[in-house]
Amino acid sequence: MFLKFSLRSVFYGAGGGNDIQWCFSQVKGAVDDDVAEADIISTVEFNHSGELLATGDKGGRVVIFQQEQENKTQSHSRGEYNVYSTFQSHEPEFDYLKSLEIEEKINKIRWLPQKNAAQFLLSTNDKTIKLWKISERDKRPEGYNLKEEDGRYRDPTTVTTLRVPVFRPMDLMVEASPRRIFANAHTYHINSISINSDYETYLSADDLRINLWHLEITDRSFNIVDIKPANMEELTEVITAAEFHPNSCNTFVYSSSKGTIRLCDMRASALCDRHSKLFEEPEDPSNRSFFSEIISSISDVKFSHSGRYMMTRDYLSVKIWDLNMENRPVETYQVHEYLRSKLCSLYENDCIFDKFECCWNGSDSIVMTGSYNNFFRMFDRNTKRDITLEASRENNKPRTVLKPRKVCASGKRKKDEISVDSLDFNKKILHTAWHPKENIIAVATTNNLYIFQDKMN
Amino acid sequence: MFVRGLKRKCFDGEEDIEGTLAGIKAIPSYNLQRQSLLDMSLVKLQLCHMLVEPNLCRSVLIANTVRQIQEEMTQDGTWQMINTQSTGQASLDRLVSTDILCRSSREQAEGKHVPGYSTFNKDFEGDQAQDNSETMSTASSVQAPRNLQSNVWEMENPQENKGNFQKSLDQIFETLDNKSPNSVEELFSEVDNSYYDLDTMLTGMMSNTKMGHCDGLETFSSPSATTSNSNCKSDLNELDHIVEILVES
Repeated sequence: MFLKFSLRSVFYGAGGGNDIQWCFSQVKGAVDDDVAEADIISTVEFNHSGELLATGDKGGRVVIFQQEQENKTQSHSRGEYNVYSTFQSHEPEFDYLKSLEIEEKINKIRWLPQKNAAQFLLSTNDKTIKLWKISERDKRPEGYNLKEEDGRYRDPTTVTTLRVPVFRPMDLMVEASPRRIFANAHTYHINSISINSDYETYLSADDLRINLWHLEITDRSFNIVDIKPANMEELTEVITAAEFHPNSCNTFVYSSSKGTIRLCDMRASALCDRHSKLFEEPEDPSNRSFFSEIISSISDVKFSHSGRYMMTRDYLSVKIWDLNMENRPVETYQVHEYLRSKLCSLYENDCIFDKFECCWNGSDSIVMTGSYNNFFRMFDRNTKRDITLEASRENNKPRTVLKPRKVCASGKRKKDEISVDSLDFNKKILHTAWHPKENIIAVATTNNLYIFQDKMN
Repeated sequence: MFVRGLKRKCFDGEEDIEGTLAGIKAIPSYNLQRQSLLDMSLVKLQLCHMLVEPNLCRSVLIANTVRQIQEEMTQDGTWQMINTQSTGQASLDRLVSTDILCRSSREQAEGKHVPGYSTFNKDFEGDQAQDNSETMSTASSVQAPRNLQSNVWEMENPQENKGNFQKSLDQIFETLDNKSPNSVEELFSEVDNSYYDLDTMLTGMMSNTKMGHCDGLETFSSPSATTSNSNCKSDLNELDHIVEILVES
């Protein structure tokens, strides 16, 4: 399924200042333009060490890449990511009660921190969460007394001696097995899962409810948020994302389609319908339009690694919030402000409902998010500089740093700029991930996964 | 998505429009744009019920947009072309005029029948031609384009419209909640069963639309027809034809 196609970029240019210079490293996925629906990537996530990179797709499959151990002779670049394991996580189902199909598309993957030799991850589709164990097998027992090597049982009368079976090395086999299936707890579509810092519980959020699970217990979960109105006709707001605080195991946040974020403390009450904090920025009256609410809908919320800040993504911007200040974000970055005048068209073709994700780098100094035309954007919180890069096979040559891109909003288009009207709105980057420790990023286009690294001296 | 080389006009309501046909042909009013946005939204809501399982977030956002428009229309009172200039000058910039609007006015001039919805999206226009479902109430407000010739834009029965809007929104959310196998049937209970034959066609077209066959839809209004406009128009005629056949069978 994934074609391995890698280019190692080496660059010894005169870099400026502390800005990272991004180089193309690898791209995974089919080359042809005809995208098979099942191959559409729906989620990307590094594990806690960054050694493993998982992707989920619309066909319900999970593919895990593993970083090669650094080669001493090739110290100018970090290890490549190669396929480590592929498995079918979810299958399509049919809900007979509602006469509706349940898609197998993987909405989210979250890794558990590693406790032993095996790796564990949670993957979810619209309705069911599964805990997968990924383990390696590189030895197998040989020399059974009662069985032949191929498994057939020997005739007991032919056994005349006894021996102790021994483990012998074998080719590495990576096995994925479902250890827990957390089902039947969500009426609506699951949009988020988040593992608690206690590493024992996790939450799953759908459009109207959030449930708390124990990783060991599959037959029940606790409902901790329920915003479903008694009368569905009164429904005006849904939950769009939720996440546990990275350090406080009693704290989580959830965002809404109205652009608000609520922080809840599970110690306050069993049902956290009343928030402890409500984060909301007052609307800018000069920008008001019929689309104001839609573009304020938050598509992703992520805590910083430190736990001091959280980042939200709405249609046009990324906002950084200080958890101690509820009335406005501390930083706002415009992702593609030039789209503001195109909102009606984007509404008409449904692009306005695209849910972009965002992510922090390991030190919380840079944030990244995707855009259209296979562009993605990074904002350096310290220098206040931003950059637009493109994930494209064409533009990537070995030994060159990615060229910054620029969109010309209006007026005269300069030489290397792209006009707004030329943007391809089918090429959207919704999912990006940043290695927890290094400057390695994974960027998913519709059906390809790009890996970029900073140049190493 | 955006047709290259076709400069988009900024419709900010020239003062010389006093309801003349020529004026209307050239520059749609804020009310017209708002109406088209409303129609588009209602179509979107309708269509999410035809597909597998509606995305609740999207439905809620669209429904809220519809409510917003409805409230504004209620406050504004009757539809009057003239009163746009003073109000909503700023908001006009935010509503992109639609090709359909201009096509509608051209068709008016040619005396063509305008389908039930003057929707933005040509692909969906076909099904609306036969969708006389009482759940969608814009039939009366769609009279407005048809009355262009008489130069009178009056919203008929604003109260009834309001009630119908609410009813349609309510029905939508009820079906979202209680998804019995009959829910889709209920929503379309007053529609001819041959409606269902459109499902496959429209679902296929919808996915086409989503994946970016938006070029035809993104032609911006201009009284002089460009090639893309005429392509849209011929596709639209074809679609009407198909729909007529299906419904009559």
